[in-house]
Amino acid sequence: MNKQETLEEQFSKILQEYINNQSEQALYAAQQFSRTALEKKVPPEEVISLQKSAMQELMPDLSPEVWHSFDILLEVMTAYGFAFREHQSLLATQKELKNEMEIASNVQETLLGTSVPEVDGLEIGALSVPAKQMNGDYYHFVHDGDHSVNIAIADVIGKGIPAALCMSMIKYAMDSLPEYRKDPSAVLESLNRVVEQNVDDSMFITMFYGMYELRSNILHFASAGHEPGFFYRYKDKEFLDLEARGLLLGVDKNAKYKRYEQAVEIGDMVILMSDGVTECRTDEGFIERETLISYINEYIELPPQEIVNKIFRDLERLQHFQLRDDFTIIILKRTK
Amino acid sequence: MEIQSCVSILNEWDIVAARQLGRNVAKELGFGTVDQARITTAISELARNIYLYAGEGQLCIDRLNENGKAGLRIIALDKGPGIPDIRKVMEDGFSTSGGLGAGLPGVRRLMDDFNIDSDPGEGTEIRSTKWLR
Repeated sequence: MNKQETLEEQFSKILQEYINNQSEQALYAAQQFSRTALEKKVPPEEVISLQKSAMQELMPDLSPEVWHSFDILLEVMTAYGFAFREHQSLLATQKELKNEMEIASNVQETLLGTSVPEVDGLEIGALSVPAKQMNGDYYHFVHDGDHSVNIAIADVIGKGIPAALCMSMIKYAMDSLPEYRKDPSAVLESLNRVVEQNVDDSMFITMFYGMYELRSNILHFASAGHEPGFFYRYKDKEFLDLEARGLLLGVDKNAKYKRYEQAVEIGDMVILMSDGVTECRTDEGFIERETLISYINEYIELPPQEIVNKIFRDLERLQHFQLRDDFTIIILKRTK
Repeated sequence: MEIQSCVSILNEWDIVAARQLGRNVAKELGFGTVDQARITTAISELARNIYLYAGEGQLCIDRLNENGKAGLRIIALDKGPGIPDIRKVMEDGFSTSGGLGAGLPGVRRLMDDFNIDSDPGEGTEIRSTKWLR
C-alpha cells in the first residue's frame, strides 16, 4: 500500500474494487487496511465516517434514508470508540505495570540471592522457578567453614507479590539470627515468632531447615509444615520420606520444632522441594510422590544440578509449560 | 467571547435535550459528523452522571473563540454528593463498573481539555472543551 495515500484514499479504492468485483483480494486489502488503522489507533467511528464519505463519492445518488442510517451506526460506534480508547489506555497501563514488575523481580533476585556453596565431599544442585514474575519460594545456603552447610527452603502459601514481599522479610529475619544458625529447631522457633508478629493472619509459611554436619555427615533438620523431602539411600537404592513434624510458621507463637537426624553415607542424597513440585498438576491430577521418584530415578546417576534441571524440564512439559505454583527443588549428594 | 446556553438535568429526557443543544452548537461551529457524535457522547455521559448520582444539575454549552480558534465547551454542574477521590474516578476501568463519576476518563479522551472540581457535600463542576481543527 502506498504510504503517501491518505486513509480516505486507501479506503475508497478498496471499497470501489470490492463493489466492482466482490473479490477476495479486495477483502484481503480491507484486512490489511484495518491493520494499519489499528496501528494508527483509528477509532471505529472514524471508520464509519470513511465508509460514508467513500460511498458519497462513489454512489452520490443513494436515497437519503441510506445516509440517515449512517447516523445511527456512527452513534453506536462512537460508544465502541469510547471503549476502544479505554482499552488502549489500559494496555499502556498494563505495559507500565509489567515493566515495574520486571524491576521488582530483579530487585527480589538481588535481595534473596544465595549461591550454592562449593564443599569438598558434597555436590549440591538447586533450582527455583517462579510461576509468575515474583517468587514466593525461597532457598538459602550458608556454608560455615569446615563445620557445616545449612540449607533453608521455604514456601509462602500463596504466590505473586504478597508472597514475594513476605519472603524478603524471612530472609532478613534469618540474616539477623546468626547465633542460632546451627540449630534447626532454634532457627524455626525464632522465625516463627517473627512471622507470627509481622505477617498478616491469612499468610502462612512452610519451611524446612537443615544443618549438614561435614565431619560426622549427619543432617540435622526440622520442619515447619513443609513438604517432606526424600532421602535416597544409595546402598539399597531406595527413597525414604524425610519426615519431620512441625506447625506452619506464623500460626502459634509458642510452637516448638523438633530436631531430627539422618546419617548420610557416600552416594546418599537429600532431596528437598516446595509443594510446587509435588502439586504439579497434570491432566490426570496431581502427580504422585511415586511418580516424582520415578523421574528422579531416571537421572539418579547424573550430578545433582543436572538432575534438578532435568526434573524441572520434564515436569514443565507435563504441565504444558504452565506453572501453577512456584517450583523449587534442591538436591544434596554426599560424594566422599 | 462566550455565549452560553444551559439545560437543567432533572430526568432522563433532559439528557436528550442537552445532547440536542450540544449538537446544534457543534453543527453551527462547523464540527464534522464524527466530532459531533463524540461531543454528544461526552454530553450524554456527563448529563447521565448528573441524573443518576446528583439527582439534579445543569449542563451548559459555551461557544469559545480564542485567538481565532473556535471551540465548544461543555460545563456540567451539580450540587450532588461530590466525588471524594477524584484520582480514583479518573482511573480507567471505573467506567465499566458504574458508580459515581463513571466514564469520566472516557469523556476526557473524547474531548481536548478536561477539568474537574469537586467537593464532597458541595457538588461537582466539570468543564471540557473540544477545539475545531
